[in-house]
Amino acid sequence: MDLVCPAGNYQSLIKAVDGGADAVYIGLRNETNARHFAGLNFTDKQITKGIDYAHQRKCKVYCAINTYPREAHWQRWTSSVDQAMDLGIDTLIVADIGVMEYIRSRSADFPIHLSVQASATNLQALNFYYQNFGILRAVLPRVLSLRQVAQLAKTAPCEIEVFGFGSLCIMAEGRCYLSSYMTGESPNTKGVCSPAAYVDWQEQDGKLESRLNNLLIDRFSEGENAGYPTLCKGRFEVDSSVEHVLEEPTSLNTMGILPELNSAGVAAIKIEGRQRSPAYVNQVTRAWRKAIDGVVLHGKRVGLEEISGLANLAEGKQTTIGAYERSWQ
Amino acid sequence: MINSKPKISLAAVPYFWSKESYLSFYHQVASAPVDIVYIGETVCSKRRSMKLADWLAIAELLSASGKQVVLSTLTLLEAESELGYLSKLASQKNYLIEANDVAAIQIASENKNSFVAGSAINIYNNRSLMRLKELGMSRWVVPVELGCDDLLPMIQLAARESVEIEYQVFGRMPLAYSARCFTARHHQLTKDQCQLRCLEDEQGVLVNTQEGEGFVQINGIQTQSSKVSNLIHQSLSLLNHGIDIFRIVPVSAVDTIEVIQQISDGFLTLAEPLFEPNKLVGDYQYCNGYWFQIEGMNQVG
Repeated sequence: MDLVCPAGNYQSLIKAVDGGADAVYIGLRNETNARHFAGLNFTDKQITKGIDYAHQRKCKVYCAINTYPREAHWQRWTSSVDQAMDLGIDTLIVADIGVMEYIRSRSADFPIHLSVQASATNLQALNFYYQNFGILRAVLPRVLSLRQVAQLAKTAPCEIEVFGFGSLCIMAEGRCYLSSYMTGESPNTKGVCSPAAYVDWQEQDGKLESRLNNLLIDRFSEGENAGYPTLCKGRFEVDSSVEHVLEEPTSLNTMGILPELNSAGVAAIKIEGRQRSPAYVNQVTRAWRKAIDGVVLHGKRVGLEEISGLANLAEGKQTTIGAYERSWQ
Repeated sequence: MINSKPKISLAAVPYFWSKESYLSFYHQVASAPVDIVYIGETVCSKRRSMKLADWLAIAELLSASGKQVVLSTLTLLEAESELGYLSKLASQKNYLIEANDVAAIQIASENKNSFVAGSAINIYNNRSLMRLKELGMSRWVVPVELGCDDLLPMIQLAARESVEIEYQVFGRMPLAYSARCFTARHHQLTKDQCQLRCLEDEQGVLVNTQEGEGFVQINGIQTQSSKVSNLIHQSLSLLNHGIDIFRIVPVSAVDTIEVIQQISDGFLTLAEPLFEPNKLVGDYQYCNGYWFQIEGMNQVG
């Protein structure tokens, strides 16, 4: 079971490689990837250096080109594919059918991983991408139960990668337009969700208010942990009660079900967080390396202490195993 | 002045209604001025007030009234039983299907059936459009977040390849799908024990910000826009941008029938359709931002 770690910059890449990642994933400095944030991602030079560093230590480098090009901007995506392939990237992580076809027009067998943004949640969807584009692996959206993941891993025509840790998208990725509904920019089109440029914090009557493009996302009393106003994790009013209608600010942590994921034949565990610091990448990579080695090499279940030890790195300082457990759904 | 009248389509009811409500609604639709009717469950496989045979009976009724019937399909498919039902729909030859997941495209194309690509299929560029056309796509329902500028460089290809373009002009927009059922969550139930509480809400549940502004509409595992998209006053612009089919997404049964009538009357008698919101029973807020390439929730004009 491979460990796939995020690298938002060169420093994080070093930390991930040194911490024992089997692969790191990166993005270019444009909207072709789903973490198109200011100050993040790689220049050509950094990619070359990063690939050298990783390859010397037997670690692979994947590049995410996993947003959806609109026709007027199509060229930016094809030149990004060219750039990544020419620089010697090992694998491209892709969501768009057109981009996959472009990659296949360049190479019949260049490794393609189906991005979580393609939202493939069932066997026939995987068959579609496998038969049309020969995908090597698919990253599953965070919407399936453990039983469903296990079933898919058994029957899928390709390898299966699942999310292990990090921010929790509760919607089927690639099919969520909430961010563009509220800001005009979405993961699909711009590689952003609830973009920082639209965020505003205000103190009002002793309460801290977070807004996204002027819409009130949440209101915090003194001493309350005020999280980033990701639009699906705020408190809203429904039938005159104020609640976390969609989800609490919480992160995903599947360390507790690692033995089950392993015996289901899951090929790789993905850690979310290219937007996080090198220190985060360092700590999470090392913890997961240890956990995976424990499970795979020694058949050892991860201790509760180690699992909860990761919570301080999590959004809202709390974690869940999310949709893997039916009761969350 | 409108030279050619577009076709009008009615999307599948996104909400969960009783069998009696569906039957009564589609009997009215049968005599309403709409050209294409999509039917079937698109949101949650636990909603089973209608069996496949019931839907097919409605399909026959609508066909007999001169409508083109399209069998719509589930958007988020997880369980094998869901794939089994999908397989029945996508492999039959009597009706066109609307694919809302690539799984439906896979099954339809394996069976050499043509299909409509629903708005949850991400077609954002010509290369994707062409590939799906080769696999049997005859009509493209544009993803909700694409607007007029995004469409411009795609119209020609679609026309050349005889792929019809359909764009939502009325109704709440489907914005997200989750493993979690938000209606059940609101009632403090889990999805597995949901008691089908969504049956109580004819058109979902409104969620406001704490300041009382519309945020979203929850509808089982689907999240919709709280505001109703309304491009009726942009009809000319839509036609000029090559939109062949105007899509209405049902709200309440009574208001849906009224909107179909208004849009159709408008094309028959006026230079540009006029919308009279005061003739609707529901109190809706409107938006059209996506068409103008801005926030979907905003209203231009």
